[in-house]
Amino acid sequence: MNRPLSNVTTGATSVAPVLAVTGLEKSFEDRAILRGLDFTISARQSTALIGANGSGKSTLLKCLVRLVEPDAGRIGMLGQDVTTLSPRDLRRFRAKVGIVWQRHNLVPRISALSNVVHGVQARMSGLGSWFQALAPAAVRDEAMGCLDRVGLADRAMTRVDSLSGGQQQRVAIARMLMQRPAFILADEPDASLDPQTGEEVMALLLGLVRQDGLSLLMISHRLEHTLRFSDRILGLSQGRITLDLPTAQANATDLRRFFDHPEAV
Amino acid sequence: MTALPALPAPPRFGAPPRFRAMGMVNYVVLLLTLGLIVSSLAATAPTLEKLSRGIARLFAPSGMLMQMFPPDFTRIEPIGWKLLETLQMAVAGCFLGLILAVPFAILATDRLSPHPVVRQVARAVIALFRTVPDLVWAIIFIIIVGLGSPAGVMAIMVDKIGFAGRFFAEAMEETDPGPQDALRAIGASRLGMIVSAVFPACLPSFTATSLFALEKSVRGSAALGLVGAGGIGVDLKVAFDLFNYDEAFAIILMMLVLVLAVEQGSGWIRRKLI
Repeated sequence: MNRPLSNVTTGATSVAPVLAVTGLEKSFEDRAILRGLDFTISARQSTALIGANGSGKSTLLKCLVRLVEPDAGRIGMLGQDVTTLSPRDLRRFRAKVGIVWQRHNLVPRISALSNVVHGVQARMSGLGSWFQALAPAAVRDEAMGCLDRVGLADRAMTRVDSLSGGQQQRVAIARMLMQRPAFILADEPDASLDPQTGEEVMALLLGLVRQDGLSLLMISHRLEHTLRFSDRILGLSQGRITLDLPTAQANATDLRRFFDHPEAV
Repeated sequence: MTALPALPAPPRFGAPPRFRAMGMVNYVVLLLTLGLIVSSLAATAPTLEKLSRGIARLFAPSGMLMQMFPPDFTRIEPIGWKLLETLQMAVAGCFLGLILAVPFAILATDRLSPHPVVRQVARAVIALFRTVPDLVWAIIFIIIVGLGSPAGVMAIMVDKIGFAGRFFAEAMEETDPGPQDALRAIGASRLGMIVSAVFPACLPSFTATSLFALEKSVRGSAALGLVGAGGIGVDLKVAFDLFNYDEAFAIILMMLVLVLAVEQGSGWIRRKLI
């Protein structure tokens, strides 16, 4: 359990890892969800995590930033040993990791701009980070830039609960960009969207990898999106990584067993 | 001759009993409840004879009801000022109570409280503030700050911490945890998460509770004067003590106008905001 992070071998690449997981375990009431995971993620790559429902994909993602505490194992991310961080350091660390949730998890009843401004709470606190009206001009300008990046600058003052599902997910991505993250975790970001909007959101995320050099680990529930929007695929089955290969070498037939609902394929 | 229609086939199963059989425990509970109701009525409720005698006295030419008419508005100006003081007591006490109810409510919620012990203490304080009547709080604050409106304001404030603290906490418990989790994952502070994610989601509920609290405060503040805690209640008590029932009736009518005006106003605000 206490192996140094540098000793972790990468599964498919030789690039310095931004994420190295060793021996990660998590159980809920005697039911083992993660059974000693070992894998690494390289910088500036889009990695798809696939697996059937209940295979532990979301639990794994939450364990990586300790929103769910792992039972055992080590997580090295962005040069830090996440498993040993104090609560205060963990808060600072989380600021560097952007998460796109399956449900956008925006704050209802307030504007898209205020929601994006919330992203600045990763690096500042106080009145200026709570609502757009109270935010300093620099923060408001940056938030507008993030909204512009996702194509919603013209909807800045619209209440988020009156936006469409796809627009709300874009606002969530803008909020994540406002964090200035180095690593992005995405939990089925296209799950609640129609196919076309889902593709647009996935393309947006891949753009952040290609243009901004961010690293992305995304849970994917659509085979087509897995093949189109990732550089590498990790397959999770029965609590273990049972597939690890570059997307270029993957074929749909081999991957189908990781998708247990036909409409996702 | 046409054949008669065939009778429907008899049901395969008989209808179930109309009432479920009660167990011994249920019988005992039912008997105890009935016993409590009957003994309470016998011990405290007025007898029909007493009630009829009292009503006859009320309507007698020298009775209270007859002496109330016509209401005496000769002291309308001082009563008006006292009514304004009553409203001001209600607004001030309600404002302070609502502001202080927010931290108590935050500490009393499962998700936002920093520690289970703190949560239990906050809940106990809210329950204490809510269960002790405002008239009792008024008496306590008269002892502390003396007779007059300050004691009334303090009594209303404490009562509102109990009232709003409970409803604010319930509203915060019921909000979608998703946005809070998202901000927690960003690394937001607890205060940032509460102000940014919890308060906007609770705004309709907070507004409705605050307006109900104001209505309750105005109604309550009129009665606080009966124990000397300022407001129109003092004048009402004096009018009754001196058998000036016509003036007392005028005060009651003016209080009614104030309460109705506040209720209408808060109803209008509620419709506009929520």
